[in-house]
Amino acid sequence: MGATHLPSTEFDGTDIEDQLEAEAEAHVGDPDEPMVQLLAPDGTLGLDPVYSEYAGRLDPEKLRGFYADMAKIRRFDVEATALQRQGQLALWVPLTGQEAAQIGSGRASQPQDYIFPTYREHGVALTRNVDLAELLRQFRGVSNGGWNPKDTNFHLYTLVLAAQTPHAVGYAMGIQRDQKFAAAAAAANGATSPVPEPKAAVMVYFGDGASSEGDVHESMVFASSYKAPVVFFCQNNHWAISVPSSVQTRVPLADRAKGYGFPGIRVDGNDVIAVHAVTEWALERARQGEGPVLIEAFTYRVGAHTTADDPTKYRESAEESRWRAKDPLERLEKYLRAEGFADDAFFAQVKADGDDLAAYVRKTTHDLETPDIRTAFANTYVEAHPLVAEELAWFEEYSAGFADDSAAPAEGAN
Amino acid sequence: MTTMTIAKAINEGLRATLTDHPRSLLMGEDIGPLGGVYRVTDGLIAEFGADRVVDTPLAESGIVGTAIGLSLRGYLPICEIQFDGFVFPGFNQITTQLAKMRARSNGNLTVPVVIRIPYGGGIGSIEHHSESPEALFAHTAGLRIITPSNPHDAYWMIQQAVECQDPVIVFEPKRRYWLKGEVDTGSPGASADPFKAHVLREGTDATVVVYGPLVPVALAAANAAAEDGHSVEVIDLRSISPIDFDTVTDSVKKTGRLIVAHEAPTFGGIGGEIAARVSERAFHSLEAPVIRVGGFHMPYPVAKVEEDYLPDIDRILEALDRALSY
Repeated sequence: MGATHLPSTEFDGTDIEDQLEAEAEAHVGDPDEPMVQLLAPDGTLGLDPVYSEYAGRLDPEKLRGFYADMAKIRRFDVEATALQRQGQLALWVPLTGQEAAQIGSGRASQPQDYIFPTYREHGVALTRNVDLAELLRQFRGVSNGGWNPKDTNFHLYTLVLAAQTPHAVGYAMGIQRDQKFAAAAAAANGATSPVPEPKAAVMVYFGDGASSEGDVHESMVFASSYKAPVVFFCQNNHWAISVPSSVQTRVPLADRAKGYGFPGIRVDGNDVIAVHAVTEWALERARQGEGPVLIEAFTYRVGAHTTADDPTKYRESAEESRWRAKDPLERLEKYLRAEGFADDAFFAQVKADGDDLAAYVRKTTHDLETPDIRTAFANTYVEAHPLVAEELAWFEEYSAGFADDSAAPAEGAN
Repeated sequence: MTTMTIAKAINEGLRATLTDHPRSLLMGEDIGPLGGVYRVTDGLIAEFGADRVVDTPLAESGIVGTAIGLSLRGYLPICEIQFDGFVFPGFNQITTQLAKMRARSNGNLTVPVVIRIPYGGGIGSIEHHSESPEALFAHTAGLRIITPSNPHDAYWMIQQAVECQDPVIVFEPKRRYWLKGEVDTGSPGASADPFKAHVLREGTDATVVVYGPLVPVALAAANAAAEDGHSVEVIDLRSISPIDFDTVTDSVKKTGRLIVAHEAPTFGGIGGEIAARVSERAFHSLEAPVIRVGGFHMPYPVAKVEEDYLPDIDRILEALDRALSY
């Protein structure tokens, strides 16, 4: 074979770059890529052969609840951003644009399910009845957590990308074992069939950026190998800080599930009805012992990655405008009004509730007390540890010395 | 009393754990029908089934990460990392998640995961099969690290690790897996506290602190020194985090000289920590500087030269000569 048959490596860099971008856009950025959508941006409800059945379970009260949740969490997001700008929080991670992905999926979970979030799941936290003010403890720097996961089955935020994904699979493997224990105990007690218990599943959140982490791969291998009752919920918000999702993947993220041997579904992440339907289906499937599902919620982070970020440096405002036209709240409002499920009074009440929440969060944040470092000594180990005891004793003595200084009159004072 | 090897003692300790704690389970690569590459889990899957002895995918981060999730659900996972040099894909999960979960949750969550790691050299193996990374983990608050040097400790320590509410790493001295000794399966006796150091041999002229694979080396060095008229005290540290500084300091106050030996490189190692603490606690008792004996600042060398790398009797005796020369 002559050299002329070899592929040329002397190409124009700009052309190739454009070509790659176009390719990536075609694969991952095209909204026409097959995905589940029930509620269109114009507020009309469509049909889906599988998921319309799930949407049919939603009554007007639940739909109004979805809207109220989304509006509430958006108002919370605005307030937290303001608190950061006022110096009350060290950092904030905004979620605006992703309300439907979070409320729709969170509302599909049941109390016995366990949720592993990353660090942007404020909307999911709302659906799990976490006191939203507690989310701010971490960002104010008074705690590395802020709430007790045992109260709500909503785990602590995880800042190391994707580290929570294997935790979720392990937890799900624990649920499998619990069910075997329960069956064995029932059999030992002479029951002809196991005592019915609410079956549980696990849902774990991560983003398109985190999807590149090895832990996601290992988690999916484990989940598939043991058919663990876990739903992987990837919010593809298109930007991993400044890097577009085309750098994380050349195919729709949902397609990756096929390689692990379980279903992957791309859903319109700005369509709360579709997200709820798909997640409900996946969680029910997991609870019934049919194994994991990967859901890719195709959405968009309208604001910055965090309050330390500047999106104007890496993306066009036109892109943001295109996504604002798909706003999850606006499309549900259109639908609720068109169907006569909600009126001006409802939306006014939602706004008032949001303002009340903001006032509560603002006050609670200002009132958060700085912890005593002695609690950190106490929480490093469960059991007594001589090094911790020694360093705490030193700290007490050192601190006591300062107390004596402050109690004594200043030198030269009368 | 029963005579068995360290490998068999750990196997029996795991069997006792699986029997006593229905929510305990083993996880690792090749630990099922094969019984682990060192056969430490031999026969356990046949006895307890695949749900209790879990052959995992080949993924260390996955092993540790799923173990964390299982422990959050109330299980007691015992992970086997196949070789010391393969722990690093799981390092992130161990140091950023396992070690910090309790502190992060303000004490609301505990993750009593046990991680077994065969460590150390002297088996003539290839790259990544002979490392001593204990200091990297000891530096991380939230973890406990213990290492048996004899079958009795091996039998009890694995059970004590599982019963501890904190995460525990058990570094197993792989070149001593076939070391035989007596095990009292009825009572731990003096081994009741896994975090306490043991004075294995009393002496008056110098103290040698060692742990894991170097314990027999230090005892042999002390015997050789005795023939030259030097009385050497030998301490088996047993626990690397926490370190039983009281036992070490008391010994140094008696002997005035301290040598710390381990296979890991001396720079940034456990020996440096012990030297620093002893200098703070017993400075006026020291007749000589604390001397460290350990590996060199290099990747673990190829097997054909590992005898030049590993501390042996002569290197401990050379350190003793230096200490006694002050």
